[in-house]
Amino acid sequence: MTGTVWDIFILLVKVVGVFAALMVTVLLTIWLERRIVAFMQTRVGPNRVGPFGVLQTLADGIKLFFKEDVRPSNADKLLYGVAPVIMMIPAFLAFSVIPFGFAFGSERAQLADLNVGLLFVLAMGSLQVYGIVLAGWASGSNYPLLGAVRSSAQMISYEIAQGLSLVGVFMTAGTLSAAGIVAAQQGDPLLGFIPRWYVIFQFPLFLVFLLSGIAETNRAPFDLPEAESELVGGYHTEYSGVKFALFFLAEYLNIVTVSAVATTAFLGGPDGPAPDFLPWLWPILWFAAKVFFFIFIFIWLRATLPRLRFDRLMDFGWKVLIPVALAWVAVTAVVLVVDVNLPRPVLLGAIGVLLALLLLSFLLPSSDKEKADRTAPGGSTP
Amino acid sequence: MNGQEVAFLILAVIGGLAGLLVVTSRNVVHAALYLVVALASVAGVYLLLAAPFVAFVQVIIYVGAIVVLILFGIMLTRAPVGRRVLDNTLRARVGAFVVGAGVFIMFTVFLGGAFGDERIENQGATATEALGESLFRNYVLPFEAVSVLLLAALIGAIVLARRD
Amino acid sequence: MPLMYPLVFAAFLFSAGVYGVLARRNAVMVLMSIELMLNAVNVNLVAFNAYLRDELVSGQVFALFVIAVAAAEVGIGLAIVLLIFRNRETVNIDEVDLLRW
Repeated sequence: MTGTVWDIFILLVKVVGVFAALMVTVLLTIWLERRIVAFMQTRVGPNRVGPFGVLQTLADGIKLFFKEDVRPSNADKLLYGVAPVIMMIPAFLAFSVIPFGFAFGSERAQLADLNVGLLFVLAMGSLQVYGIVLAGWASGSNYPLLGAVRSSAQMISYEIAQGLSLVGVFMTAGTLSAAGIVAAQQGDPLLGFIPRWYVIFQFPLFLVFLLSGIAETNRAPFDLPEAESELVGGYHTEYSGVKFALFFLAEYLNIVTVSAVATTAFLGGPDGPAPDFLPWLWPILWFAAKVFFFIFIFIWLRATLPRLRFDRLMDFGWKVLIPVALAWVAVTAVVLVVDVNLPRPVLLGAIGVLLALLLLSFLLPSSDKEKADRTAPGGSTP
Repeated sequence: MNGQEVAFLILAVIGGLAGLLVVTSRNVVHAALYLVVALASVAGVYLLLAAPFVAFVQVIIYVGAIVVLILFGIMLTRAPVGRRVLDNTLRARVGAFVVGAGVFIMFTVFLGGAFGDERIENQGATATEALGESLFRNYVLPFEAVSVLLLAALIGAIVLARRD
Repeated sequence: MPLMYPLVFAAFLFSAGVYGVLARRNAVMVLMSIELMLNAVNVNLVAFNAYLRDELVSGQVFALFVIAVAAAEVGIGLAIVLLIFRNRETVNIDEVDLLRW
């Protein structure tokens, strides 16, 4: 009996620890984003509250907490309140299957090692569409509704690409479990210095996952559901106070979760060189470093790229990302089955680089003639 | 009665109530959300029946895609709210109730007669690997047929929904 | 757990779906009721798979097939509903009587 009580206690400590770590990461991410974007735009950014303005987010949160909670008279009373919560809960739950380290003594550094691990993350991601759709519909106002319709189309489309991009990882690792995928990426480095991370052997899928992850989290340049220049604030136009804070929190939680999934599936999770000193600490540090690397990429892209037009966004998802992911899944399947003299990872890596170059060629500026041909559909915009 | 059965009963009551509300709710969007609750509780039932892969596929495809599509359809057609427009006449509804209740009683009595005493033994969750082996070894032909069906549906939906 | 538990649950969902298909006028609501019925069938498939301890896990494989077919069905169904709405300004199935002369 004492054993079970002790187990429950350990589990509680882990849950609370992960929750606290996530909240701190989110606060840091918001502050980092404001500082980095400010730096890239030669501004100063928040620098008053706390050292370097670190506590600015906390101050903003407290402000939002005490703000008056306004509800439009047209709003659906129940759903208007439920929507931000639906947005929040899956964002937290998705993190529960991510291994953030290897072990504390005999205890795994992971909340739950599900047999279907990353499928669970995808399922939680697909639940989040409801937060946005309900927020848009329940507000009883036009801009949020438009944002919701856009976002449901966008998120369903990019979910396919995201799911496909993980299929290649599942195939090479031979498992869906997050811990299993991390274990499959360990081993002696190839040629002495290339780690066996899937970012190398599954490079096109890594790009597809990153791009669709940005679209799934509604981040710039795919942030059409909340495009402020055309939809005021998109799905959360009518929200204020605590409920708006929840949406804000969920957005940044999603960034952290997508970064963590990318780290787990493509960068070897907590894998990395570790000295003998404090063996449990180094994997966690490696994991955090990789996650913050992805968060930095997210912020960098936001500061750099302009927002896409909606039809181009859909074109990109359906006509570029999904075919590339499908083709790469087929290539992976062939390489895994066919007997070759070359080591399979090297073969996959070589084909991957070629395909990535092909993918990048879509981003090259088109010729002037093509530009002239590309007018907005319907001819509404000059 | 063990913990598994208690969990099942809770899920079944939630799912059953939600299913009932799907077919009686006056508000289309609320009905779609009750459908989400019903489908999610069915996913929970799959988990209890040792089928985690099917459970999460249910959440991803049914909850995450199909019902969102339905909500999309509701928003695009601005479906009217109110019992008069949503439902048939009272006579038709009484008839529907009689048919529905009859089907339920028939199923329960017949299945109870055939399987009333049988029990599902406790078992470990089905490995995803076993599912894949079966799907791509024994059922590969139906699998290909379903993929052709999906392609046909995709093209068909585009052809139907195009404006020109 | 007794096999009857999931079976009765499935039977209830199926009957609710039958009622919905017959009682609703709105085409989208009818589609939703059909989804309920398909899910009831899936519960039965998975329950019998667990009961028979099938080595081929046929019940679960068939449930996956049903889910895929349901996705195709909803896609086509909604496309038809949208087309009807565009042409007739209604989604009530009893008002779509162009073929009845």
